[in-house]
Amino acid sequence: MKQVFKRPESLIDVPAHFCPGCHHGIIHRLVAEQIDQFGLRDKTIGVASVGCSVFMYDYFDVDVLESPHGRAAAVATGVKRSRPDNFVFTYQGDGDLAAIGTAEIIHCANRGENVTVIFVNNTVFGMTGGQMAPTTMPGQVTTTTPFGREVATAGYPIKMTEILATLGGTAYAARVAVCTPKHLMKAKKVLKTAFQYQMEGRGFAFVEFLSSCPTNWKMDSIRANQRVIDEMIPYFPLGVYKDVAAVEPESPADE
Amino acid sequence: MPDRKFVKGNEAIAMGAIEAGCRFYFGYPITPQNEIPEYMSAHLPGIGGTFIQAESEIASINMLLGAGATGARAMTSSSSPGISLKQEGISYMAGSQIPGVIVNMSRSGPGLGGISPSQGDYFQATRGGGHGDYRTIVLAPSTAQENYDLTMKAFDLADEYRNPVLILGDAMLGQIKEPVVLHPYQGKDYDRDWILTGCAGRRPRLIKSLYLSEGELTEHNWKLHQKYQSMKKDVMFEEFLLDDAKMVVTAFGSVARILKTSVKMARADKMQVGLFRPITLYPFPEAALRRISERIPSCLVVELSTGQMVEDVRLSVNDPTKVEFYGRPPGSIPSPNELLSEIKKAYEKLIGC
Repeated sequence: MKQVFKRPESLIDVPAHFCPGCHHGIIHRLVAEQIDQFGLRDKTIGVASVGCSVFMYDYFDVDVLESPHGRAAAVATGVKRSRPDNFVFTYQGDGDLAAIGTAEIIHCANRGENVTVIFVNNTVFGMTGGQMAPTTMPGQVTTTTPFGREVATAGYPIKMTEILATLGGTAYAARVAVCTPKHLMKAKKVLKTAFQYQMEGRGFAFVEFLSSCPTNWKMDSIRANQRVIDEMIPYFPLGVYKDVAAVEPESPADE
Repeated sequence: MPDRKFVKGNEAIAMGAIEAGCRFYFGYPITPQNEIPEYMSAHLPGIGGTFIQAESEIASINMLLGAGATGARAMTSSSSPGISLKQEGISYMAGSQIPGVIVNMSRSGPGLGGISPSQGDYFQATRGGGHGDYRTIVLAPSTAQENYDLTMKAFDLADEYRNPVLILGDAMLGQIKEPVVLHPYQGKDYDRDWILTGCAGRRPRLIKSLYLSEGELTEHNWKLHQKYQSMKKDVMFEEFLLDDAKMVVTAFGSVARILKTSVKMARADKMQVGLFRPITLYPFPEAALRRISERIPSCLVVELSTGQMVEDVRLSVNDPTKVEFYGRPPGSIPSPNELLSEIKKAYEKLIGC
């Protein structure tokens, strides 16, 4: 019988601690699949960030360095410059990358550091208990926006992929989702390109994953998944925003 | 003929670093240490090294953390306000046991302060500076030659203990220009069984400072504590004219250098004084100072601050009531005559005549 699905070898066979319905597990698997497919397990150095994502070192069977909060892109810069032949990726949430780590990610991209950044956007600080993130939607209730995010005083959800796509050092910037099989297949393709570009030395590659956080959204898994489709995708349109190798630029909202 | 070069103190640091095998430098402009990044930007690319002018001090220290985790010899430098920004990364490096060299050619504070020499960063350097119960080794040079020599030493200590090492100089030591005798680096190989290289042929490695399981962090902190205790074997200090001294003057860095002249002037005035100069500020040479204080209880501490190291001296000596202090806020460098008159005052008070 032909085996059509198996756990990636780069993913350690342990039960995940993530909440039911959280997309981190799926995204972990997609990243591990690419590590396997490119045969990168023994030359990968992962950079973990602060938040739920820090525990990537419990799941990825590769060398991992833990970064201070928000600094993963600077840490990855130090790693990659010292070890240019290794495959280096960061795995960061929106509280980490889009708030305290904004300066580090922008300048890492602008220098064209040859690293791959996995950015998981679930519109909330997950690990600390559901506070407002820069990506929190207008009107969204969190523990620090008990009356809903008021854009007049708390600003607007920040669109990191669009921002990073404007920078000269960015080789690839795309936003994907994993809320349906169709979205997941597209995400795989995008992730493959983001891996490929690092190996070709093209520069900074960035993939934003829209993710659910049922616990902090106070929804069941199915409703949380649906929220990604109904609320997040319209505000954070999916697509490839920059691709230095593209013959013709792909329309950002190509979904 | 020795290879002598007439260089600025900051350049001596950069030259010492490159000689010791430093091939990665991450920095951000701030006066009075700019000759270090400038030198590195000019010299590293030609020898296969990497220079990055980072977007911030915070990014610089985290690049150092990243390069250090791969076993590379790497350095960052800054001056006081910039060192404050680096404290987060220094704490993480200490917690994760990642080596690296951090140079503070300090200026005066608090806040933006000024660009004149100061010794007001002693507490920050020796007490950790960032959060958590950790220590960094702190080396305090007093000449351009020592800038060169101690920078090489800093890389060895960082690798030996897998710990960040600070070099605490000041604006005077950075900007002074004087001859430096160059000599080849003679280091040894350090344990590299922990660095991240990709897990080919071995189990994956993890470098982190997060320990959440019951008892795990306690054990980690005890391990770090034992390491900090073991650093005492590398304590460094200088004794100057102490053999027949009745009073010991204690100071570090540029102030100690000025005091050497004052001590000689005091000797000419028939005062039996000598100088004790800690070179490692952490670990502080407390045992050596205690031994000396048993023989010479009278002590004068001089600092270009309103009093920081004096606390360590009082904790070290046999009789803290015999410790006098002269210090003042930065703004100008004390002259040998100014310090001579302070030696006289303390000598009259403690020794009489």
